[in-house]
Amino acid sequence: MRRRVGSRLPSGPALFGIAILTALVVAALFADLIAPAPDTQQLFDRLDAPSWAGGAHGHLLGTDSLGRDLLARVVHGARVSLTVGLVGVALSGGVGITLGLIAGYLGRRWDRIIMRVADVQQAIPALVLAVAVAAVLKPSIANLIVVLAVTTWFTFARVVRSEVLSLREMLFVESARVVGADDARIIGRHILPNAAASIIVIATLMVGNLILFEASLSFLGVGVPLTTPTWGRMVFDGIEYVATAWWIALFPGLAVMLTVLATNLVGDWLRDALDPRQRRR
Amino acid sequence: MYLFQRLVQGVLVLLGVTTIVFALTFVAGDPASTLAPLDTTPAELEAFRHNMGLDRPVPVQYLDFLAHAVRGDFGMSYSSHEPAMGVVLERLPATLRLTGAAVLFALVVAIPLGLLAAMNHDRWIDSAARFFAFLGQSIPVFLLGMVLILVFAVGLRWLPSSGGESWKSLILPAISVGAFSAAVLARLLRSSLLEVLSQEYIRTAYAKGLRGRTVVVRHALRNAALPFVTMLGLQVGFLLSGAVVAETIFAYPGMGRLAVEAISRKDVPVIQSFVTIAAVIVIAANLFVDLLYTRIDPRIRLS
Repeated sequence: MRRRVGSRLPSGPALFGIAILTALVVAALFADLIAPAPDTQQLFDRLDAPSWAGGAHGHLLGTDSLGRDLLARVVHGARVSLTVGLVGVALSGGVGITLGLIAGYLGRRWDRIIMRVADVQQAIPALVLAVAVAAVLKPSIANLIVVLAVTTWFTFARVVRSEVLSLREMLFVESARVVGADDARIIGRHILPNAAASIIVIATLMVGNLILFEASLSFLGVGVPLTTPTWGRMVFDGIEYVATAWWIALFPGLAVMLTVLATNLVGDWLRDALDPRQRRR
Repeated sequence: MYLFQRLVQGVLVLLGVTTIVFALTFVAGDPASTLAPLDTTPAELEAFRHNMGLDRPVPVQYLDFLAHAVRGDFGMSYSSHEPAMGVVLERLPATLRLTGAAVLFALVVAIPLGLLAAMNHDRWIDSAARFFAFLGQSIPVFLLGMVLILVFAVGLRWLPSSGGESWKSLILPAISVGAFSAAVLARLLRSSLLEVLSQEYIRTAYAKGLRGRTVVVRHALRNAALPFVTMLGLQVGFLLSGAVVAETIFAYPGMGRLAVEAISRKDVPVIQSFVTIAAVIVIAANLFVDLLYTRIDPRIRLS
């Protein structure tokens, strides 16, 4: 049952994705060293163009309408995005995997209840539900992460459930049961390790999805407090200046795109490398 | 029989959706403080609680909510003091026009792109198509919308950057909303065509001496259509999500923008109506896909 894990080395696009994600983690960890003071306003430097595009004050990515350095803000924005992406996936995955295991392993009534709830949630577009929930909750990063997990758990649940359903019938699970392994051991030792490949792929793609999701919500002005430097909020702030100071909205927007692109590339490569059944040509 | 089952399932899902919509008012704890306007005094809040029937048991409230909801009554909008559902429905045609145009854009891009990529497997056309598909799948609606405004409205002055009066003001928002689906559908069409093209009966068709184009159009495309239609149905939710963002950027008078404006006023009845309508559209789209299935694949109709 062993799959050829890691038998394929990352190709060009996947390496590009890994490089971007690494840069992102470094930026988030050492934000204060790379570009300090994202909130410092220099009113004489307002709307200064990037230094390579004719800017007068030496800001690599220019400044915004309050004279704040955009590089510092984009780098600090990586912290929010990564936190939301990683913690959100941990929560969404934790809930989804647990419910998927229950639905697939216990079956019957549990399966029916959990899958019906998933059906109902799938009928409500994710952003629509998130906007509605965010509207009645106070804006905070913790609340936002909960909202994201609540609106995305069923992706994990569906994948895990279908893995469990096929694995449950496998001979090695059957034999483990015959020699007296209890449910906890069967799930922990036999089912989860074999479902791990699919879970890792979904989780990777989901990190990008949640970051995009968070950016869209903060662009709409819901979810994260307005003072938190998030990429989505920066785009929103910049959009009214887009005709004259395009850099304010463009760079945080590009940051979101590169991050999502990177997780898509890495996720796609992982799918091919880990999960031959789902390989795409 | 198959369609009847799906219809019943759709109604049940809609019932579940109204439960979630009802539960929205309880998410933040006290429903009275969620529902009441922002500047309510404690005494007014108590009166509000009683007037709205929020002091009754929750199951009673739920049944009452349902009884009104089936008649399309979600209460009055706090800002316009008109029926909330009516306020949302008034904006629905604009959003349907936008998402419809986005679907059209997605199909017009995805079908040729997927076909070209599959027929030129592993050649440069294929690589270019995959590159654009990855890009389209990763670009946020707000970034694409902004770039389109910069290029076509601010730079070239070809198209308006906002409003919803003419068909011209539909083009840029529809592209920003549809790009993601175009990318997803193109990738799917390519991979399912490649899968079909490796089957026995395709080789038979070639062996009969049919030309490549005939084989792809007559034999392969029909069999690749099923997953394509499934994915198209799944895209409706993404399109509606994208429309919320695009309507905000392009100041487009749809129900998504209405909902975003309703948030800052805590206009909960409007938001509840909006969520319900969005879900109805998704459910209806899925039923339509089921209907298409039976046309494409007779086996489904018979089972």
